[in-house]
Amino acid sequence: MSPLSRRDFVAAGVAAGAGLVIGFYLPHGSQSGRKVFSPNAYLRITPDNKVTIVVARSEMGQGVRTALPMILAEELEADWKQIEIEQAGASTLFGDQTTGGSASIRTTWDPMRKAGAAAREMLISAAALTWGMPRSGCTAENSSVKHTASNRRLTYGELAEKASTLPIPTDVTLKQSKDYKIVGQRLPRLDTPAKVTGEAIFGIDFRMPGMKFSVLSRCPVIGGKLASFDDKDSKKLAGVSYVGKISDAAVAVVADSVWGAMEGRRVLNVSWDDGPNKDLNTSAVMASLKQGASKKGASLYSAGDVAKATGRRISAEYELPFMAHAPMEPGNCTAHFQGTKCELWAPTQVPQDCRDSVASAIGLDPDQVKVNVTLMGGGFGRRLEHDYAVEAALVSKAISGPVKVLWTREDDMRFSTYRPASLHQLGATLDGAGFPAALTHRIISPSISGQKGQPTPGGVDPDLPDEAGPVYPLPNYSIEYVMTETPVPLGWMRSVYALQSAFALESFIDELAVAAGKDPLQYRLHLLARDQDLQYFTTTWHTARMRGVLQLAADKAGWDKPLPAGRYRGVACFGCFASYMAEVVEISMENDQPRVHRVVAVVDCGQVVNPSILEQQIQGGIIYALSNALRAKITIEKGRVVQGNFDDYAPLRMEETPVVEVYAVPSTEAPSGIGEPSVPPLAPALCNAIYSATKKRIRALPILS
Amino acid sequence: MADISFRVNGSERKVSVSPQTPLLWVLRDTLELTGTKFGCGAGLCGACTVHVDGTPVRSCSTPVEQIQGKSVTTIEGLGANGLHALQQAWIAEEVPQCGYCQTGQIMTAAALLAKTPNPTDDQITQAMNGNLCRCGTYERIRKAVHRAAGNGGAR
Repeated sequence: MSPLSRRDFVAAGVAAGAGLVIGFYLPHGSQSGRKVFSPNAYLRITPDNKVTIVVARSEMGQGVRTALPMILAEELEADWKQIEIEQAGASTLFGDQTTGGSASIRTTWDPMRKAGAAAREMLISAAALTWGMPRSGCTAENSSVKHTASNRRLTYGELAEKASTLPIPTDVTLKQSKDYKIVGQRLPRLDTPAKVTGEAIFGIDFRMPGMKFSVLSRCPVIGGKLASFDDKDSKKLAGVSYVGKISDAAVAVVADSVWGAMEGRRVLNVSWDDGPNKDLNTSAVMASLKQGASKKGASLYSAGDVAKATGRRISAEYELPFMAHAPMEPGNCTAHFQGTKCELWAPTQVPQDCRDSVASAIGLDPDQVKVNVTLMGGGFGRRLEHDYAVEAALVSKAISGPVKVLWTREDDMRFSTYRPASLHQLGATLDGAGFPAALTHRIISPSISGQKGQPTPGGVDPDLPDEAGPVYPLPNYSIEYVMTETPVPLGWMRSVYALQSAFALESFIDELAVAAGKDPLQYRLHLLARDQDLQYFTTTWHTARMRGVLQLAADKAGWDKPLPAGRYRGVACFGCFASYMAEVVEISMENDQPRVHRVVAVVDCGQVVNPSILEQQIQGGIIYALSNALRAKITIEKGRVVQGNFDDYAPLRMEETPVVEVYAVPSTEAPSGIGEPSVPPLAPALCNAIYSATKKRIRALPILS
Repeated sequence: MADISFRVNGSERKVSVSPQTPLLWVLRDTLELTGTKFGCGAGLCGACTVHVDGTPVRSCSTPVEQIQGKSVTTIEGLGANGLHALQQAWIAEEVPQCGYCQTGQIMTAAALLAKTPNPTDDQITQAMNGNLCRCGTYERIRKAVHRAAGNGGAR
């Protein structure tokens, strides 16, 4: 029995026409002790038997337009084949609509289930009242209510109007996982057919009458400004209708076509005031991290006394570069400014931030800005920024008409926000058996939140602690964070700080295992041997679940069996976004470079909603992580980002793609994150395999730099 | 500006554009066939792949003047009579995640199967290697190509 209090459950309004409309509110932000009530989802059943589920998260490939409705449909006892999906735009009805942090399933799991269950109970009541029968003989299945004894049946559509007059139940019983018919099934994604025919409308594809196209010329030097521009040559080109300054550091060129705008930009005569960063380069950035290392940092976690442990001391430093998200669909947004209102069609992970930032930029109130969320050609965190939307709104205002602002690949690569570069200092004191009696991890890195002016209480980026990942219960353990500064724009990129922390920590654990002369898998299992609950930060971790993924990965990879000549293995495990992940990477070395043949990935993410989507997310995360580990590196010269396209920032192609085997530990625990957890263990597992092959320890990414 | 005539998905089309305009933007902006995608603008990612007289080309790097009198097939015209075997295979194998690169992937695969009806793994890798996917769908792409080949994908 899962109680649903009245104040948690408020009707959100009545849709056009008769029907059952359920909106629901759940406590949000109660962590701080405040109870903010926000609606999380929306269900509409109309008399024509149409069951529409509104998805209030953005689809960027991770399957939310299928997985979220599955959760609600399960409790609703809906006929999945007849479900229709509606994408919510920016709203005040849905709470925080940010799509990120591998949070879509885990934050909507309870509200979606409760919404479906409450609706189901109301429909059963409606049927019982219609028939004048007790509720007890009525059951819901396949979008209808039946009364078996009297052989009666009414569809949800037929019951919708009656149900809409009934009180919303304050207490609903949720189904048990053993009774699930939809959740846990490999149901086909609803968005697949349109994506193979070309009919799917991504942000870049949206069209409206009279719409122009715009590209912007932006100051290539970080922090530089526009000095002057001469639009004579641009305006000579047929189709170019507007050239104008759009911000301190950008000039917009508007034309009838994308190509016209690109050509107009190509011939634009513009000069920049390079500003304070004109001599900035990557080595200066990395030097600033080394300087930061001498400062005392904020304590993220401290147990016991690391200074008191005695024994053999081992230390190592690890380094990671800036990286770019590089989603396949370059940044874009369509805006239509009309004096007292502005409408956007945005491929965005943050519709509400787009709404508010646009309103502020063009002098409207947030409720005068309407944000429609389009499909996204990947996000990976890049579309957590509102920059495209603000640019589009400013250009639309400047030309008083609808316009699509489009970024080229070079724009995307050079004017992005980047995963922060970081330096990690690891130290351990080994006991007589070779296990760490004490472990210290110092993270030296600029802060994404800090740079964006968001709060960093106690000098700590709020996203960092739960991603800093102490995996193992150690008696003396210290994690420290030194926040440095950089002018290089920073953003949240798939798995965010967990990638850095896992690379450093899980490489170092391997170094300790080697120093102790022990098998790296057995070393880890030993550290996790005792059943324990660990709450370092927000998430409570269970050693048994971490051990479970590690052991299963080892079994599936055949860790105990010898490899063919020339093949080598590495292992790593990590916990982030409340999920447990272990990976075994199998490689050979060709011309001093690793070739990855096979990755065995095991996740424990609680209840799996859709195993096919889960496999997609894990396989995709590992390919993304392998791209990162092998080659991803953004460098700065003379204040400018050097890389520009997929030649000098080269993601993995098919020829480098290993076989990725995905296994999920069966679980009925509440679901946890799946979009990001597969990313962090890959780099250390790969580098540990490389050590096994070469006895060379890689302490800086990317591997092929 | 120049008038350029060519066939698109079986229909005669005439456009009046700058002759250097890449075919990609003519397809997307002039003819409003948006299934062909812009990924890199430099022939590096394959998202813009279409067929010109049966050969896969990068439409982002093909000036439209070069296709005067030729025949272009885009994803919208690939399955002339319903879904192409590859599109069916892509659905059966649940290939797409974000889906943005997939129309280009399918066009490249279709050109492969037209020449090599039963490709080996190596032949698939060789043909598909120019098409990037940031969601990492390569394994399912490979399976889908094999599936379509088994179902007579080269029709």
